[in-house]
Amino acid sequence: MAGAQTRIPLDSNTVRVPVGQVYTIPGRCKGCRFCIEFCPEQVLVESEGMNAKGYHYPVVAAGKELACVNCRFCKLVCPEFAIYTEEL
Amino acid sequence: MSGEIVVEAHPLDGLLRADRLPHIWCPGCGLGSTMACLANAMVDSPVPINQHVVVSGIGCSGRVAGYLKVDSFHTTHGRAIPFATGMKLANPDLHVTVFSGDGDLFAIGGNHFIHAARRNIDLNVICVNNFNYGMTGGQAGPTTPTGARSTTTPQGNAEPAFNLPHLAASLGAVFVARWTSLHVRQLEVAMRRAMEKEGFTFIEVLSPCPVGFGKSNDIGEGLDEMWMYRKNCEIDPGVDLSRAGIDMKHESTIALGNFVDIERPVFRPAGGER
Amino acid sequence: MAVATAERVLTGQHFMNGDTACAEGALAAGCSFFAGYPITPSTEIAERLARRLPEIGGCYVQMEDELGSMAAVLGASWAGAKAMSATSGPGFTLMMENIGLGVMTETPCVVVDVQRGGPSTGLPTLVSQADVMQAKWGSHGDFEPIAYSPSSPQEMFDLTIKAFNAAERFRTPVFVLADEVVGHMTERVTIPAPGEIETVDRKRPSKPPNDGWLPYAAGRDLVPAMPRAGDGYNIHVTGLTHDERGYPTNDAQVHDKLVRRLSRKVLARSSEICEFEKLYTDDADIVVIAYGATARAARQAVLAARERGIRAGMFRMITLWPFPRGVVKELTNTVKRFVVAEMNLGQVAREVERYTRRPVSWVTHAGGAMFAPEPVLRSIMETAS
Repeated sequence: MAGAQTRIPLDSNTVRVPVGQVYTIPGRCKGCRFCIEFCPEQVLVESEGMNAKGYHYPVVAAGKELACVNCRFCKLVCPEFAIYTEEL
Repeated sequence: MSGEIVVEAHPLDGLLRADRLPHIWCPGCGLGSTMACLANAMVDSPVPINQHVVVSGIGCSGRVAGYLKVDSFHTTHGRAIPFATGMKLANPDLHVTVFSGDGDLFAIGGNHFIHAARRNIDLNVICVNNFNYGMTGGQAGPTTPTGARSTTTPQGNAEPAFNLPHLAASLGAVFVARWTSLHVRQLEVAMRRAMEKEGFTFIEVLSPCPVGFGKSNDIGEGLDEMWMYRKNCEIDPGVDLSRAGIDMKHESTIALGNFVDIERPVFRPAGGER
Repeated sequence: MAVATAERVLTGQHFMNGDTACAEGALAAGCSFFAGYPITPSTEIAERLARRLPEIGGCYVQMEDELGSMAAVLGASWAGAKAMSATSGPGFTLMMENIGLGVMTETPCVVVDVQRGGPSTGLPTLVSQADVMQAKWGSHGDFEPIAYSPSSPQEMFDLTIKAFNAAERFRTPVFVLADEVVGHMTERVTIPAPGEIETVDRKRPSKPPNDGWLPYAAGRDLVPAMPRAGDGYNIHVTGLTHDERGYPTNDAQVHDKLVRRLSRKVLARSSEICEFEKLYTDDADIVVIAYGATARAARQAVLAARERGIRAGMFRMITLWPFPRGVVKELTNTVKRFVVAEMNLGQVAREVERYTRRPVSWVTHAGGAMFAPEPVLRSIMETAS
């Protein structure tokens, strides 16, 4: 958009952006990466280690501990019931 | 502040036969996500969970019945709809969802789909379309796009594919929608809408099938197909359904949406009040 | 269910067609669901139930084919209904797929096959008894069916009730193997008062739903209790081989155990299931084995033989499956010869030969016309001389 500038909503003092806590069940993960790739805040990265089946499961990236906005997309899109979030 | 918290159970485990997890579906398959949407929709529906029944056919999609902790019936290939019909007619208080795949519902099961839709039996049908017969190793089916490779069409599929929403709408289904296993929010809303409607409802859910379809058809892993949905799907509820077929080519658009939402008299067998 | 506006049990004396009597027997047994497809010579059963089921608060639905009909019957049974279908040979063939599902999932239901000439489209309007072996082997895999063979409209009524009771007792599809002659003949049928009719209901779970419950664990009678969909037991029912939790398994030992239990639950009680009629067999040198419409001709032949001084008798099979081998073995001790008369090319004769060392004469034809007593009498007389 031409001439775009940062706009501050009038009610930004009263609206809180949620913060979410990520919960994972690494043993269920099959390494599909849906949660990692589709998180709108890019909170998740692949773990260094592997679970018992040899898959790299999601972990919260360094510095992103408070970045989750509890949109719950990872919970909805994960095919394995291996990740969910709750509002902090 | 720590990162993720590792736990042993998931909030939906109460509705799943969690002792059977992890399920059998491949990494990258969309069945788990679709099943999660169904579980959420069942929990949120006004019908008590005890009255929800899931009936499935044969195939990967058919295995959903085995993972949901409700009365669930894993029937013969193509016969989920008539089985569900008998169950619903014998006890109209049950809320019956048929969950099956593209081959099960539209090849061997095609005739039953046609008649249940014609009659407007009060059933919710969810068809996970992965464009092939996945469970048996990736054979072509009635939704396999023309030219696609499969184990039974090594030279490329010579047949035209069904356009499922068009078919369902033409048969008089009162609710017709198409979403993907990526569009989980809209899919859950669609499932809830289907559940609250009386009559024959149909939701097509596109899902990656990396082993059976994606790898042989220039798509790759499940994630690659999910990105394809992200880029190529257009939410267009008013689309002309006759032009909403899918060819799964990288340059083609896929129309998504809740296409049909109408009312029609629901099938009531002869005799008395129900 | 719909509101009832008529009596379920038409107590009284009737002059009634066999198919109609079968339908009335189903109603008297408690049937509340029929799903079927028209096929001669069983269509009258569907037509009668299309009128009667709605008036007694039940449900009749005509499905798009027999495959769907059988599936709907199973679904209705799991919703708690006593459910049935009626067909003939070509439809019976189509139903085999879901009969197998009914066996594997232990779903009570009744299938009436009013037999006609086959194979294939055959003689749509004319009699045969050629589906006997199909009832045993038609669906793939090992299993032990229960099948009744009525010889009269009265038996169409009585044996349909027995079929429903056996289905509920043993949790399995049960067949009424009628034939076109008996289905289409009109004779006196006495329908008793409801209080005089014995009906059996499936065993329900004795405890409320709980997590430890094993839906496919069975006690000494080898028949598990059966919940209804919607009662909260969260049962998983599958045609795949399953363990006692109902969960699919690939384990060969679990599979063997399951398939054997499904067979034994019927075979171990075959003496309770098997019914038959004996006519003058105590001192008989020659025993005619017959069933269904043929038995009517065989009876005449036996009476005619007796008039000629031949010690003939008849063993009429009322239950075809489980096969009454015990009676054949017992008769083997006293008879010199068996004559098996049937409207097929020796399906029961074959089975009789397996269980006896006595000679067995086969009086067979492939169907298309009712048996006359003469060919049976000739065979009795040949073997007598």
